Amino acid sequence: MPSGCLSEFIISYFLLRRLASFIVTLLAASALVFVVLDVLPGNAAEVMLGESATPEAVRALSVKLGLDRPAALRYAAWLQGLLRGELGTSIAYDTPIAELIIERLAVTVPLAALAMALTTLLALAAGVYAAARHNKLGDVGVMLASQLGIAIPNFWFAILLILVFSVQLGWFSAGGFAGWTEADGGGLGPGLHSLVLPAIALALVQAAILARITRSAVLDVLREDWVRTARAKGLSQRAVLWRHVLRNAAVPVLTVMGLQFANLLTGTIVIENVFALPGLGRLVFQAIANRDLGVVQNIVMLLAATVILINFVVDVVVAVIDPRLKLTGASA
Amino acid sequence: MSATPDSFASMRRHRSFMLGGTLVALLVASAALSYVWTPYPASELDIPNKLLAPGAAHWLGTDSLGRDIVSLLLVGARASIAVGVIAVGIGMAFGVGLGLLAAARRGWVEEAVMRLADFTFAFPALLTAIMLTAIYGPGLFTSIVAIGIFNIPVFARITRAAANSIWAREFVLAARACGKGATRITFEHVLPNIASLLIVQATIQFAIAILAEAALSYLGLGTQPPTPSWGRMLNEAQTLLFQAPQLAIWPGLAIALSVLGLNLMGDGLRDLLDPRLARQR
Repeated sequence: MPSGCLSEFIISYFLLRRLASFIVTLLAASALVFVVLDVLPGNAAEVMLGESATPEAVRALSVKLGLDRPAALRYAAWLQGLLRGELGTSIAYDTPIAELIIERLAVTVPLAALAMALTTLLALAAGVYAAARHNKLGDVGVMLASQLGIAIPNFWFAILLILVFSVQLGWFSAGGFAGWTEADGGGLGPGLHSLVLPAIALALVQAAILARITRSAVLDVLREDWVRTARAKGLSQRAVLWRHVLRNAAVPVLTVMGLQFANLLTGTIVIENVFALPGLGRLVFQAIANRDLGVVQNIVMLLAATVILINFVVDVVVAVIDPRLKLTGASA
Repeated sequence: MSATPDSFASMRRHRSFMLGGTLVALLVASAALSYVWTPYPASELDIPNKLLAPGAAHWLGTDSLGRDIVSLLLVGARASIAVGVIAVGIGMAFGVGLGLLAAARRGWVEEAVMRLADFTFAFPALLTAIMLTAIYGPGLFTSIVAIGIFNIPVFARITRAAANSIWAREFVLAARACGKGATRITFEHVLPNIASLLIVQATIQFAIAILAEAALSYLGLGTQPPTPSWGRMLNEAQTLLFQAPQLAIWPGLAIALSVLGLNLMGDGLRDLLDPRLARQR
């Protein structure tokens, strides 16, 4: 078999295996969420209504939520609903859960995306800068700053940002969300303005970790022979760094970004609560307070599925861009 | 891993290890001291003296209920240490066990353990805590279980990778040739050779556990009042940012210094226990 066909075969085999593992992991995650939030409580209607509920009220809610059916049937119905986007009705809001979630995603997704973009920008700049000045003052400064960044809890950093930029300077509100449309009393500008401090709070701490990974990945590549050759051929340090080294250092950086995504997601939940932003994080805490188990179950599933999906996508992207995998298929 | 005078001397020469060690010693000493002495009883309410600024009577001031901040910080260190020790203990007990099993058995056992670890990664501590709180309510137990479960795949992966490399070494092949079984080799050769790596990782996971406990307490999922905890103190401080901004400084500083100390100590231990890694960094 020609080597091109062989490498394509290896990658296809790897992708198929990874896809199968992705689907199995998703199913296992759904089973776990279902068991913990639906089966383990015994009768979820009792948990939702509290200890003071009458047996009649518990029975009525059980029938309404379909809890009188066998667990296997309920699980199958929930999975079908997940695929169709029909997640049931919230008992606290009396609204379809899917509608509630979509409404809140309008805050959570832009916040996470803004934070991820800021994280990447800061981490790449700081990591490459530190590597280019290995063991010099700039490198030591970046490493010290990142050591501090890793140690600072993001919610404390968020509170400090509020203290400085909202309480002292009055540049931003201390919390709340202006809304994306003028009908809500906001608009694109005010909406983004509400997300600036939360995104910075999320990004700086994440960037501290990623900057270290970028630095060490770039340093590893800089030690390769071909980099010395490129420099000897007359390419400037800057050209070598940005045109060649960064691309080759992308594999470990991307992998860590994938692993960090779970942190970003949980960080978003925490930061939404610090800034009282009406996103998924706030919704899930309100649902816990209201004992709205259906909402908790679907949000937890959505978050776990997002982590699994992002790690799958990162694996696939790494497989496609990593030349070593083409040669050996080792990661399979 | 015996401690010789030489190893103590290298520890003393390693500046970040010494700084980290000092911070960690302060954390442990604070928690220990709180059992025998605090400037004021941590749960004593003193409403007439609420929201006092730092001064001679109350070194770091008082909170909205007149409780002494220094006393709350000292007692709050207990929750951080308790969650850190137990959660890392859970992670090590199960994770190291699974990792060693995977490396010793290989084949489908290894595959199953690693897929289980991948799967557990999809449930960060906060998600597990949300699920547990929805059913059983918030509390220290919820924090410990959630953070402990999160630690299992971390230790499983690291143990399996390190143990696999030990299994490929000549002295293990020699031990097998002598007729030693997998269990005996694991405990006599593999585990002692990966112990230093596990100690370093435990230090780092301890730091992560302190951060996670603080976040869960801040959100109201972890330690519950009246038990003092640093995360809970920050939650209360946030509501008083306009009246008493200083309240938001001390608990955050305590968390950050503890985590910084553990991370520096972990980095230092890695350098001291595996000098090859130190040269590469």
